[in-house]
Amino acid sequence: MSLTAPSSRAARPSLRRRLLQLAERATSPLLPADYLDLFDPLRPGADLRGRIVAVHPETADASTIVIRPGADWAGHVPGQYVRLGVDVNGIRQWRAYSLTHGPRPDGNISITVKAVPDGLVSTHLVRESRPGTLVHLEQAQGDFVLPTDGGKFLFVTAGSGVTPVVGMLRNLFPVADDGVVRLACSAAYDIVVVHVAPSEPHSIFLDNLRALDDAGLIRLVARYDDVHGVLDVGDLEALVPDLHERVTLACGPGGLLDALQRHHDERGLELLTEQFRVTTRAVGEGGTVDFTGSGTMVDADGATPILDAAEAAGVLMPSGCRMGICFGCVLPLREGAVRDLRTGAVTTATPGETEGRGVPIQTCISAAAGACVIDH
Amino acid sequence: MTVLQKKAHNPIAHLTPEDIEQLGVELDAIRQSVIDTRGADDAAYIRKVIATQRKLELGSRAVLLVSMFPPAWVVGTAGLAVAKIIENMEIGHNVMHGQWDWMRDPKIHSTTWEWDNASPSEQWKHSHNELHHTYTNVIGKDNDLGYGIMRVDEDQRWVPLYAAQPLWNFVNACFFEYGIAAYDLELGKNLATKERRQDPDFRARAKVTLKKIRNQMTKDYVIHPLLSGPSFLNTLAANATANLIRNLWTHSVIMCGHFPEGVETFERRSIVGETRGEWYLRQMLGSANISGSRAMHFMTGNLSFQIEHHLFPDLPSNRYQQIAPQVQALFQRYGLTYTTGSLPRQVASAWRKVIRLSLPNNLLGRNTAAPVTDLPAPEPAREHVAA
Repeated sequence: MSLTAPSSRAARPSLRRRLLQLAERATSPLLPADYLDLFDPLRPGADLRGRIVAVHPETADASTIVIRPGADWAGHVPGQYVRLGVDVNGIRQWRAYSLTHGPRPDGNISITVKAVPDGLVSTHLVRESRPGTLVHLEQAQGDFVLPTDGGKFLFVTAGSGVTPVVGMLRNLFPVADDGVVRLACSAAYDIVVVHVAPSEPHSIFLDNLRALDDAGLIRLVARYDDVHGVLDVGDLEALVPDLHERVTLACGPGGLLDALQRHHDERGLELLTEQFRVTTRAVGEGGTVDFTGSGTMVDADGATPILDAAEAAGVLMPSGCRMGICFGCVLPLREGAVRDLRTGAVTTATPGETEGRGVPIQTCISAAAGACVIDH
Repeated sequence: MTVLQKKAHNPIAHLTPEDIEQLGVELDAIRQSVIDTRGADDAAYIRKVIATQRKLELGSRAVLLVSMFPPAWVVGTAGLAVAKIIENMEIGHNVMHGQWDWMRDPKIHSTTWEWDNASPSEQWKHSHNELHHTYTNVIGKDNDLGYGIMRVDEDQRWVPLYAAQPLWNFVNACFFEYGIAAYDLELGKNLATKERRQDPDFRARAKVTLKKIRNQMTKDYVIHPLLSGPSFLNTLAANATANLIRNLWTHSVIMCGHFPEGVETFERRSIVGETRGEWYLRQMLGSANISGSRAMHFMTGNLSFQIEHHLFPDLPSNRYQQIAPQVQALFQRYGLTYTTGSLPRQVASAWRKVIRLSLPNNLLGRNTAAPVTDLPAPEPAREHVAA
């Protein structure tokens, strides 16, 4: 073996790797990280975590939670969301929250959470979370974001599809106790929101939109099927005369998005969409779900999302928004059939015919439709 | 009624099938009361135990870097032995039972945990959780009964090999982690024929076990001694001693769980069609507790509450102590014997049984499985064995 003066650059990674291997052998069957986590859980190279540094009450039932993310936090752009894992009654729960600030000078991130009735995690975060608590994070995600340099936009939202849009608007126009805050950087945005719903709902989000409309920061066009009839996308030009000058961002059920896509394609208009379907429960027969990785068999009825049934049986499941939005819960269905609880659509997988490891399904909105096998 | 009919002193003769089902209902209620109150305090408990164990292990191994100094050797060895015992018992055994799966923390979960022991978690979980906990004390089904190398019940046929079983038991105690690994591999059965030896499934599992053993040995007998530099041999000896202490301790605790006098065994056909209540009853009669201090309970991984553990193997171990009075009261109400005793007493009792059964049944003039009974002992009902 000849050691002809290796350059220090070439030698360094190899030494580093050897030291790492040595550390792994010294800590087997655990990993060095399992010990380092005891002392510095936010260090570079650790699983992504964060520590709550402040909890600011916003209203009686909403708080902004400021989190110092771990060293490997890659940053985010306004409008993106983060998946947050927090222990509630000792149980790790994952939810997706919009990041309510752009990048901050102190490197912290923040989410604003409203405690919703029966909302296990939101209630815990608003009422119980304390500075110093360690939380678990994933990198910021979401393509459904506004350009950062302003412009003219049209939002088309249907039903609860308004949620991510409200997240974006809150970024631009924070609502404080004494009214809407006019940020200088938001002056460059000219926004119209066309919101569609079967009938006028009671919703904090809609109140938000109305407040922004009253303050003259956006123009809200609310269309209720029972009052105005079902929206025909052809009417958009009448509702929004300067449609051709705007970039459209749409969030709602697939049918509406498809119609909008055709409409915009015909006119050569720019459209950004996010599918966000209104929950309609479609119940079928259930079945057993076999998780190949853990070898667990779960009996799931036809009305319960596979995610809930599996978690109740002690299976470690990836999860996120639990509403079918964030795709944090997707797992491959190797064999069998599942039913989409919102539409009733059945997805089937047949070994040998289905490509790859299986058909990716969202476990949070899928129920078993007969026996199925999930690769997890 | 299917269990225990043949015993001279049938400990459940006074129970009707309805009694047994009611017993099951009451035990289910105790179980539910724990599940309903499982929460942040329990999660904080296991996290604290894990953090403390890891710091103790790190500290002990750091002290052993200078193990050539006798006080450092003694302190480091003792600390490491305690850390390994906690890791295997209160943490590893219980995490792998799924006692903490409800927290949904991937770092503390039965599907991800790997323990500081020769047997790979995956194989241990199969032989322990699926076989031993399902077929507890059923002769011919529960290999924990004598680990396939010993005779621990009058109903097991005596062969001359058993004459040396006190020696086997002692050797097994010293090398217990390897004994468990061999047992999880069903080495005796799988090495017996050429066909079994060449079975791809067995070979794959054996490979995994050998890799685990190699990693364990590299850590304790190569890496840490090397890191100790001039203290190489002292650290090597310290680690071997810590492993030996851990092996002797865990073996003793586990012997106390099912071997002491007073613990019942069951015949294979007795569990056919067993109801939930009858399953509970078998766990109650087939397990024995150890009484003692809080520290003793902790160091046994709360397996000193073996009865509670066998009734509810997936409840968090820190809760067994809490429900033990309710379980004991239940034993009393149903006229059952809650077998318990101090650690020295139970260890001695288990060893006495190992020694007694190393000889054929009639040699010592006694052959009853239940010496507590004052009834005359009948001839063992051999026709019932391994039906």
